[in-house]
Formats: sequence, structure tokens, C-alpha cells
Amino acid sequence: MSSLLKSREAILALAILILLALIASRFPGFVSPLNLANVFTDTSPLIILALGQMVVIVTKCIDLSVAANLALTGMIAAMMNGAGVPLPLILLTVIALGATLGAVNGLLVWKLDIPSIVVTLGTMTIYRGIIFLLTDGKWINAHEMTEGFKALPRLIFLGLPIMAWMAVAVIVLTVVLVRRTALGRAFFAVGGNAHAAVYTGISVGRTQMAAFVISGALAGFTGYLWVARYAVAYVDIAGGFELDVVAACVIGGIAIAGGAGTVAGCVMGALFLGIIKNALPVVGISPFWQMAISGAAILIAIAFNSRNQGPKGRIILKKAEHRA
Amino acid sequence: MTTAPQATGRQIPDRLMSPTRRALKSWEMLLFVVAVGIFVANSLASPYFLDPWNLSDASFNFTEKALIAFAMAMLIIAGEIDLSVASIIALASTAMGAAMIAGAPVPVLVAVGLGTGVLCGAFNGLLVARFGLPSIVVTIGTMSLFRGLSYIALGDGAYTGYPAGFGWFGQGYVWWVFSFELVLFALFAVVFYVLLHRTNFGRAVYVIGNNATAARFSGIRVDRIRFMLFVLTGLMSGIAAVCLTSRLGSTRPSIAMGWELEAVTMVVLGGVSILGGSGSIPGVVIAALVMGLVTFGLGLLNVPGIVMSIIIGALLIGVIALPRLWRMLRK
Repeated sequence: MSSLLKSREAILALAILILLALIASRFPGFVSPLNLANVFTDTSPLIILALGQMVVIVTKCIDLSVAANLALTGMIAAMMNGAGVPLPLILLTVIALGATLGAVNGLLVWKLDIPSIVVTLGTMTIYRGIIFLLTDGKWINAHEMTEGFKALPRLIFLGLPIMAWMAVAVIVLTVVLVRRTALGRAFFAVGGNAHAAVYTGISVGRTQMAAFVISGALAGFTGYLWVARYAVAYVDIAGGFELDVVAACVIGGIAIAGGAGTVAGCVMGALFLGIIKNALPVVGISPFWQMAISGAAILIAIAFNSRNQGPKGRIILKKAEHRA
Repeated sequence: MTTAPQATGRQIPDRLMSPTRRALKSWEMLLFVVAVGIFVANSLASPYFLDPWNLSDASFNFTEKALIAFAMAMLIIAGEIDLSVASIIALASTAMGAAMIAGAPVPVLVAVGLGTGVLCGAFNGLLVARFGLPSIVVTIGTMSLFRGLSYIALGDGAYTGYPAGFGWFGQGYVWWVFSFELVLFALFAVVFYVLLHRTNFGRAVYVIGNNATAARFSGIRVDRIRFMLFVLTGLMSGIAAVCLTSRLGSTRPSIAMGWELEAVTMVVLGGVSILGGSGSIPGVVIAALVMGLVTFGLGLLNVPGIVMSIIIGALLIGVIALPRLWRMLRK
């Protein structure tokens, strides 16, 4: 029992339940199954991106380019749709394109040994800039998209929209990846102790590259979901969303120093932010509070996590281990 | 790091390079040549470039960001980072706006701006130095928190109507074409040069960046210095906030959006190692000039802002990647 109380996931689950109870005490409608399903659907992009980010953070890197990747692939999906490309081909392209953009990050981190934060700060602006070069800053609006393109994420299947099912699928796949594959173990080995990982025959750079490719592919896929669901594509969609994604991971207890974290924690971290975001208008608080609240949530979460880990604040800018 | 860890420890050469030779081969020299090159290219590309007033106008492109970059350079040399600087500007500017609405005179406005910066920096410093949390996550958190607070205060509104005297900090000229901001930039370049390269404090910053444990064992008060660096960064952001607010004459919560990226780029372009432990203020000064000249030159050629941000992003990766590529190819 005491170990259960100490587990980060249990504390987070408790925090979510308390949050829901607080909201429900004033607005019981918020916790109706239908509304909770809506909240989950609305949080799906965050969950998908946070899981990709989790894999990257576990390997002791960080990917700040996810939102820009999402915006770029989403724009390309919309442009392909405008050019009459069939939907399955668009889906394949966005995933491949997202993976390629992730691979660019991964290659720079792997082959040139540049800290991931610098690489992805740079590619974040470059990817968003490319959207502008492609479109001249023009928007692609709902009426320029075909019905089929827009309908897929909203399609209801077994009571939930496809968008939510996609999040469920990504959760399941990540669990399998992390717990049942050699690559999944390698992520944790690399983030936990890069030296030891090398001695066990794991290539640190290759593993980090794999993490970036996964994060990129998920961002690419989310790009389509985002553009199709909100039925608009322009340069600034999902602006600053990378911070929410990192926040979800940090709240979910993914150690920013690498090597530790669970899928359940990550998903709950995303849901925590999703619930707050959806509850603010219901409770009658201006949506402008959202940013400060997620900032405060990040700070509280890292303070909590560090207390559990003991006095071990390590710097994410990869140091001694990496230079070997 | 892809193969087995090799023993690539530091090698001590038999003969040290002579100081002149070392200066000639330094990163700062390369940057300086690049700066001169861009200057010449710009003056050939546009007839409007070589005009003292135009150049003076162009300096506003980088002076405020450079003020932050000086402090950021010291922070990065010490192995930390502060991604919340742009949000500190937003909060400081909002606080000044609120003080202005309350009828505060100009000196109080400035004090409020600087004070907010110092408080924000102290908050970051407290979390990092006192509680031992990693600075990157802390400042990602405070980046949301500080700007979030100014969104709470302002929503989608704005503070306008600053008193006339307040405009001087961002728009005034000290003498001829030398604006107040440009003078401030030069002044702080000297101050930070002395602080980093000529004082014990500066030496301690390098030691902490190279080996914080060794620093602690040699009697350096590591946490106190870390805390002070964050406060210093907050203060410089506060000063930048005063200048920027005065120059724009208004405050919106989206003010200075994305500046943290430009400040970090400036620092890295200036030859400061993102891993900490090495770098210099003259490098950052020249990097600020390079970035200012590039943005101004491209502006004269009607290149839109977002394309400039691509170039800045590419510059950030490029300056780190090229020397490494070069070393890889030579092997």
C-alpha cells in the first residue's frame, strides 16, 4: 500500500480524480461519460505527441520541433488533398514525411553530436519557415478540403471518434514498443547510462535517432489529424504546442535526465492538461489562464518528481557521458 | 559516442601557440571576418545600407536581444540555460503597464520593470540552485508561467499610452546617431567583459561550467553563483523589457515572442559551448552584430520576417555543425 502511494502514477491518478471531483462538485455534467469521451478525444493529439516525446526524453534528448513538424506535415496533407491525392496515400506520406523530419533531427544529434535542444530549437523555426515558403502565408480553409479528408477523424466507431481510437492505438503500440521490444529496452538503457549501453552493444546515437524518427512520425500523423479535425491549415497552427507536449511528459513523471518514465504516467500527464483545458471554460475561468496553469503544473510536477528521486538534479544538456 | 568510448582526453601540445596566432585562429576572428563580409556584401547589395541613420536604426534589431544574450552567455558557460527570458520581458512589460495605469511616474515605471525582472530571475534561481532542479525544465515551466500571468492580466488587450518621457529609453538618442540603446549595449558589453574575464566571479563561472563538483571542492559557492547568474539574467531581461516597451510604446502579452531562441542563437553563434565551460563576451558582441547586420540586410532586400527566422535557425545549427563536419571530414 505504501509503495502504491509512493508511485508517481498513483499520485497523478489521485490528482486527476481530485481535479475531476472538484469540477464535478460544481458542474456534474462535466463528468458524464459523453463529456469525458469528448475530453479524451480533444486531448488525443496531445497524448500521441507526448508518447513520441516520451521516447525521446527517455533517451536523454528533447524534441522541441514536434509542433512545427505537425504544422508542416498538416499543411502538406492539406495541399495534397487540394491536388486530389487519395486519402490513404496522404496518410502514408504524412507519416513518412514526419519520420523524415524526425530523422533530420536524429541525424544531427547522432552524426554531429549536437545537443538535441539546439538542433530542435533550430529545426523548429526552420520547419515552420518552410510552411511559409510553401504557401506564402496563405491559409487552406475548410471549403478547400474534401469531405472525406475532413470526416475521417470525426468518424464514430464503437461510440468514439476515430481520432480517439488513434490515440488508443498509439498508446497500445507504445506500451508494446517500450515493454516488449529490444529497441524499447535500448531507449531506457541509453538514457539511464550511455556508457553501460555502449558496453552492452547498443549504439547510443542510433537509438536516439530511432527515438526522433518515432517522435517525428507520430507528429506527422498528428499533423493530418489536426488539420482534418480543425479543418484549417496555416503557418501558425499548434504554435507553442511543443511546450504542452513537454509539460505533459514532465507532469507524467518522465525524468528529463533520461532513463525513466512510463506510458501510463505520460498519458495521465496529457489527460491532466487536457482536463484543465476543457474545464476552464466550463468553470467560467478565462482561457487565458491556461498558459499560467500549465506552467505552474510543470513546476509543481518537477518539484514532486525530484523529491521522489532524491537530490539528483542533472542537466539535460548532455555532458560527460556523451563526450565519452 | 557511437562506437566504444575512446580515450579522447585533452591533449597538451608540446608548444603552445603564440597569443597572436591563437587570436588569429580563434572563433571570434572568424566571426569578425564574417561580420565584415556581410557588411561589405550589404553595402554592395543595397544603396541604402551605408547611411549612418539607417545603420543606427538597424541597431535596434539586436541591442535589446544582445543585452539578454550577455547574461545568457554567462549562464550557458556555467552549464545552465534560461528559456524564460522572453516571458520575463512579457511579465515585466505587463507590470510596467499596470504601474502606468496606476499613474506611476517614469522612474517608478523603470524600477517596476527592473524589479519584476530581478524577481523572476530570483524565482528561477531559487528553483535551480536551492532545490537542485534542472534549469531547462524549470525555465520551460516558468516560460509558460510568466507569459501566462501576463495573459491573465491582459487577455487579448493591450496597455498603451505610456508617458512621453518614457519613450526616451527606446527611442531617444544620446548623441548624434548613437541611440540610448546602442550606448547601453556598448556599456554592458564592457561591464560583462570585465565581469566574466577580469574578476574572480567570472573565473568561478568557467570552473562551474567545466566541473561543478571540482568547483565546490575548491571552495566556490556554486549554488550562490548559479542563483546570482539567474538573477542577473532576470535583471537584463528587465532592462530589455524597459527598452522594448519604451520603443513600442505598448504592451501586449505576446511581446518579445520567441526571443529566447534568438538570444540562445546569439550566444551559441558567439562561440559559447552549449555544453558549458567555454566562450567569451567579445564573441557574443560580434555575434550580435552579425545577426543584426543579417536581419537588417535581408530587411532592406524585402525578405519577410519568417524567412529570416529560417535563416537564424539554420545559422544556429550551421555554426555548431560546420566545425564538427570539418573535423569529421579531416579524420
